[in-house]
Amino acid sequence: MEFQLPEYSLRMMLPEIVLFLAALVVITFDVVTKRKSGTAVGYLAMGGLVLTAIVMATTGYGRGFGNMFIVNPLALFFKVIFIGAAFMAIGSSFGITQKKIVNHRGEFFGLIMFSTLGMMFLASSRELVSLYIGLELTTIPLFVLAGFFKDDKRSVEAGIKYLIVGAFSSALLLYGISFLYGLTGTTDLFQMQVGLATKQIATQGNMGAIMVVAIVTIVAGLGFKLALPPFHQWAPDVYEGAPTPVTAFLSVGSKAAGLVAFVKVVVIGLYSFYEPLMKPNDWGIMVGVLAAVATILGNTVAIRQTNIKRMLAYSSIAHVGYMMIGLLAMNELGLSSVAFYMFAYLFTNMGAFAIVTLVEERTGSCDISDYNGLARSAPFVSLSLAIFLLSLTGVPPLAGFVGKFYIFAAALKQAGSQAGQDWLYWLVGVGILTTVFALYYYANVIKMMYFGKREDPPKITLNPPAVAVVVIGLVGVILFGLYPAPIIEFASNIPLSYGFIVP
Amino acid sequence: MDIGILSWLIIVPLLGMIVVMFLPKNNKWAIRWTATGFATITCIQSFWLLWDYYVNYSGSAAMAYVEGPFEWIPTLNVQYLLGVDGIAVPLLALTGLLSLISIVASFNIQIRLKEYFAFFLLLEAAMMGVFVALDFFLFYVFWEIMLVPMYFLIGIWGGPRKEYAAIKFFLYTLFGSIFMLVSILLLYFNSEPHTLNILEHIQNGSNLPYVLQMVCFIFFFIAFAIKVPVWPFHTWLPDAHVEAPTAVSVILAAVLLKMGVYAMLRISWPMFPEALRACSTYILLLGLIGIIYGALVSMAQKDLKKLVAYSSVSHMGFCMVALAAWSSEQAMAGVMFQMISHGLLTGALFILVGVLYDRAHTREIAAFGGLGSKVPVYTALMVFFAMGSLGLPGMSGFVSEFLIFVGAFGVLNQYLVGIGVLGILLGAAYLLRMVQHVFLGPFNETKWGGLTEINVREILTVAPLVVLTLFLGMYPKPFNILISETMQNLITLMAR
Repeated sequence: MEFQLPEYSLRMMLPEIVLFLAALVVITFDVVTKRKSGTAVGYLAMGGLVLTAIVMATTGYGRGFGNMFIVNPLALFFKVIFIGAAFMAIGSSFGITQKKIVNHRGEFFGLIMFSTLGMMFLASSRELVSLYIGLELTTIPLFVLAGFFKDDKRSVEAGIKYLIVGAFSSALLLYGISFLYGLTGTTDLFQMQVGLATKQIATQGNMGAIMVVAIVTIVAGLGFKLALPPFHQWAPDVYEGAPTPVTAFLSVGSKAAGLVAFVKVVVIGLYSFYEPLMKPNDWGIMVGVLAAVATILGNTVAIRQTNIKRMLAYSSIAHVGYMMIGLLAMNELGLSSVAFYMFAYLFTNMGAFAIVTLVEERTGSCDISDYNGLARSAPFVSLSLAIFLLSLTGVPPLAGFVGKFYIFAAALKQAGSQAGQDWLYWLVGVGILTTVFALYYYANVIKMMYFGKREDPPKITLNPPAVAVVVIGLVGVILFGLYPAPIIEFASNIPLSYGFIVP
Repeated sequence: MDIGILSWLIIVPLLGMIVVMFLPKNNKWAIRWTATGFATITCIQSFWLLWDYYVNYSGSAAMAYVEGPFEWIPTLNVQYLLGVDGIAVPLLALTGLLSLISIVASFNIQIRLKEYFAFFLLLEAAMMGVFVALDFFLFYVFWEIMLVPMYFLIGIWGGPRKEYAAIKFFLYTLFGSIFMLVSILLLYFNSEPHTLNILEHIQNGSNLPYVLQMVCFIFFFIAFAIKVPVWPFHTWLPDAHVEAPTAVSVILAAVLLKMGVYAMLRISWPMFPEALRACSTYILLLGLIGIIYGALVSMAQKDLKKLVAYSSVSHMGFCMVALAAWSSEQAMAGVMFQMISHGLLTGALFILVGVLYDRAHTREIAAFGGLGSKVPVYTALMVFFAMGSLGLPGMSGFVSEFLIFVGAFGVLNQYLVGIGVLGILLGAAYLLRMVQHVFLGPFNETKWGGLTEINVREILTVAPLVVLTLFLGMYPKPFNILISETMQNLITLMAR
């Protein structure tokens, strides 16, 4: 066999390199200025992210490092989401960093950027080991970020909890990956997919318990990262304890990263184990059940929450359920619908959390009762939060609605076009019905803000970057709700680039 | 892209909403009159449309003033497509008029004026949108947008149990809408090429397999029946009506309830002829239960507003009976008459109940008596609309009920329809009982001695309704010309 030196094409990795350098600059800048950098370090971090985005836009598609690193529509689309999430998380954390983490601002922003870097590598990896490393680079900074308030018990608890769960889930994932390697002798996702399919045909679908263990451990490992029930218990505590901008970043950036990993390993890697092709080693119905549980559990438990961060944590569990419904529709609409959903979720959730941060800065807590009467003292904040919550519910003409419509469309299409997939009808039914529950708890916050009669609701002080984040969120939610065509168009390149998904 | 009159019907109230939002908070005068101005423009547009349609297009059943189709989301083949025919045009005019009247009737709102009128104009834009949309996606979007301002309007400015009423209304309607969403998607994927165009689906609907027709028909029915509301989906209505501020009750009764019936006529009735044939008996039964139940419950009410609210359940039951008799031309004309007539009469009754409540701060029927001698003008108006509502000949209510029963007797089980006619009798009973207890009998001078007469602004709000009720009742011919071609076309489609 002729040995060929892999082609490096560092150019493909230029955005990651830029982001890495920017993160280093941010950390160094804070130290060099003797921790007196003020807001400048935050703006520097945001600038670094913008620069990364610009570089990314000019880089284009391609491969490098012997096909280990790939920039395709999936990678590009999700990288935009990661950078957007980091940008908005940093933008909304100016107030908190100013008050509570005066001496570690550089690290705070730098860690968010490093985590983003991990996500970007993850999105570009076409191979299990680099994918795993990307995932670790994503989560390790987040452990630190979740426990960033050293004096706050809940924050420390969040950090430790997240660390333990994260390590455990990584181990599970790695265990599953090792089985796949054992079965196929490769870590390249495409070769692995082909190898598994061949083996499956050779054994007539009877690959034994080893495949079951592999599928279950991988789904469980990624399920932890995604907070997909029954692997979700950590999420509410971590979401509640972590600094609010970190929670926002967790709920959008880290979730999107988990989703990409899920797409790469399960949807694409284990494509031939999806239900219609082969039984009994399928993951379709299993994930379907988890998705149904996620929408039911997330949306019902959220009703009982009195803390808005916990409520949004449960709501995000439900949203993962919706995304899974889209992923289970293995057709040309499926992947693009999930991508669009995530894109809409970026604006909606980051915007909502930016407002939660603003209110928390003023009142010092995240109780839903703090929002009582807020519409009178802070009309802009209230109106924005109302719009974000309605978008999360899926009320048109907001982006969240288009996302839901698209996901249900994908699933119903699949249910109708493939024999033996009637269960998708039920899944869609569950998903749609639970939307009604969702309205109840989202509307509860709106009710507090607009119908509440508190005598003296707090005035909210706005800072420019946070306002910018809210405005970006609003523009995204409304614009892509009214005119989603360009994003949908771009997102539909994703399944096309994995040609095998189109029937 | 040319923007036509139909788009303007949506855009003008939206512009109004934006302008109102930027007005200074404390300038009540400016806020009220800006809202009135924009509503007036929309009202004039909608009546111009009515007149122009009558003159130029009423001879054909084709969609008029069509705008689009413009690509909106190409991947899903979502289009911006508007158009109206004989069933949409009168409802647009009703919406335009009642919105204007409601805004004028809202001049007594004192708190959070800016938000109130902004939400009201958004509501108007959404209502207009529902009546002009010819694309499922667009239709659904407008249908849902409507809920948001309604939720706020009930929840902020409503009565004591407003929060409960607001969320109940929102949840109930959203629950219905999701059924609509599922059937829209089912239809989309069962059409080739995939389309969301309502007209194309109507053309191809009869080719769908029977099971699919049934599923979609029932799902759509749930969504629309909640809006109408058809018994047993009506329980949100008394709460919403009673808690909502006067003007919002007016809009709810006059326009929102019509949306359910309109959507049935526009979408599910002509689209699934086989399912319609299979279901019409059940629809008749639901309609009859609605008529009798609504009337009996009305009779037992102690609260004036609740009485009017339940009378709506009864009156919309007449619409359902007529819809069950879809093959009869008279009954179908009766549906349209009943919708407009109910909009005018019940709208007026709600305004008048609000007028009394503003002065007396109670709506309890038993608290009043003999008001006829103290406030004669008010009494005259109230009695006028009560008579219209119970179907006195010469007013619009009579025409619609007559048409509905003439049509229904011809094509449905006559004994069953006979039960429905009892509803008219019961209607007379509860309305006359109300008139007797409130306006006749001994007058309590110590309690109501300070009661003032209805003022000019309030008279102006109901005056157009008096005129239109009489006009439709005495000379229904032009209205019949307006709708007949469209109706005949619909009947042909339903009879496939």
